[in-house]
Amino acid sequence: MYTQALDIPPGEQPKRTPDAVENAAYQAEFDARIDAGATIEAKDWMPEAYRKTLVRQISQHAHSEIVGMLPEGNWISRAPSLKRKAILLAKVQDEGGHGLYLYAAAETLGVSRDDLTEALLSGKAKYSSIFNYPTLNWADVGVIGWLVDGAAIMNQIPLCKCSYGPYARAMVRVCKEESFHQRQGYDALLAMMGGTDEQRELVQDAVNRWWWPSLMMFGPHDADSPNSGQSMRWGIKRISNDDLRQKFVDATVKQAEVLGVTLPDPELKWNEARGHYDFAAIDWDEFWNVVNGHGQCNVDRLAARVKAWEDGAWVREAAVAHADKQAAREKAAA
Amino acid sequence: MERKEWPLWEIFVRSKNGLDHKHCGSVHATDARMALQVARDVYTRRQEGVSIWAVRAEDIVASDPDAKPELFDPAEDKIYRHPTFYKLPDEVDHM
Ligand SMILES: [Fe+2]
Ligand SMILES: [Fe+2]
Repeated sequence: MYTQALDIPPGEQPKRTPDAVENAAYQAEFDARIDAGATIEAKDWMPEAYRKTLVRQISQHAHSEIVGMLPEGNWISRAPSLKRKAILLAKVQDEGGHGLYLYAAAETLGVSRDDLTEALLSGKAKYSSIFNYPTLNWADVGVIGWLVDGAAIMNQIPLCKCSYGPYARAMVRVCKEESFHQRQGYDALLAMMGGTDEQRELVQDAVNRWWWPSLMMFGPHDADSPNSGQSMRWGIKRISNDDLRQKFVDATVKQAEVLGVTLPDPELKWNEARGHYDFAAIDWDEFWNVVNGHGQCNVDRLAARVKAWEDGAWVREAAVAHADKQAAREKAAA
Repeated sequence: MERKEWPLWEIFVRSKNGLDHKHCGSVHATDARMALQVARDVYTRRQEGVSIWAVRAEDIVASDPDAKPELFDPAEDKIYRHPTFYKLPDEVDHM
């Protein structure tokens, strides 16, 4: 099940656990299963490096969902109508849910929720660079749904078939909910584009600011992602960063046209020979700057998470005290 | 950081009457009531269920993955347990 070494009857410790020492025979069996497209489950033996890679990737993914609530959460109280407010609340609540599905999946690999939370709050863990950009006006909320959730969908669909069962199942659940996120964003932008010139300018301005950071969400070029090959070998990653980015660009051009906005890239044009859109070079200095903590909102985002954790301390304590009291009463009554 | 992790509960959801409860993930909660409340918010935001079971993860007993061969392989050669093992005359083969 979802925890490690908790569900084997006492005295019947397994001969090999997922964290047992490396062993050539187990390794060969594992490789053969991966090659055959089999799913690895929580209690199965797995190489330590496979486990570590998964813990890192799944927890970063979970942190991204949790931090990802902040830029949009900022606009819940200022949504332009009750309808948009209800939609945005539902969307942000989904992102919180995604974080929880993913933390649960990471915990199957033998890390505790507290360890994961601590890694985020101490600044040790990474989360997606995109959430370190500010949401300046209501159009930003629409553009996040359209472009940021759109990019996330491209990234996440192949993960539904990843080799680690609990992660794949969590991603199936996540992907079912993402389509609503993208559509509600596009719908909010359509409404603004049907409004005044000033509203249309707000949308264009937001697109100008979010386009490049959205392309950066797919990560460095394939040539600059040394671990990608191993992740592909393990069936954790199914499609390369550059291929996913290209798919996203190809899908988005038409959507921008229908919406009536211009994507901020003069080099963006159809390449008949490649059968894809060409686009300009990405500013990787900006990407690494944000990843390394120097984006516009890194400090704010982390401070908001730390504050939420600290402000919630009394609730966590009260809940434990209540449960202890109830348990003691039940025991006394028995 | 203060560490007082709440216990882990495994969550099973029945999507509609007539179907089994199916495992869908886990939540942390201090007691059974909270586990059900949290599970409702996390796993049934779109009417995915009509009933939820929450089970303390530490109360679940599972088979050892290493015991797969001795537990499950013996059934492999007992093909006579399947209806297709029996070749009957065409006229009565729908039996
Ligand atoms: Fe999400
Ligand atoms: Fe989303």
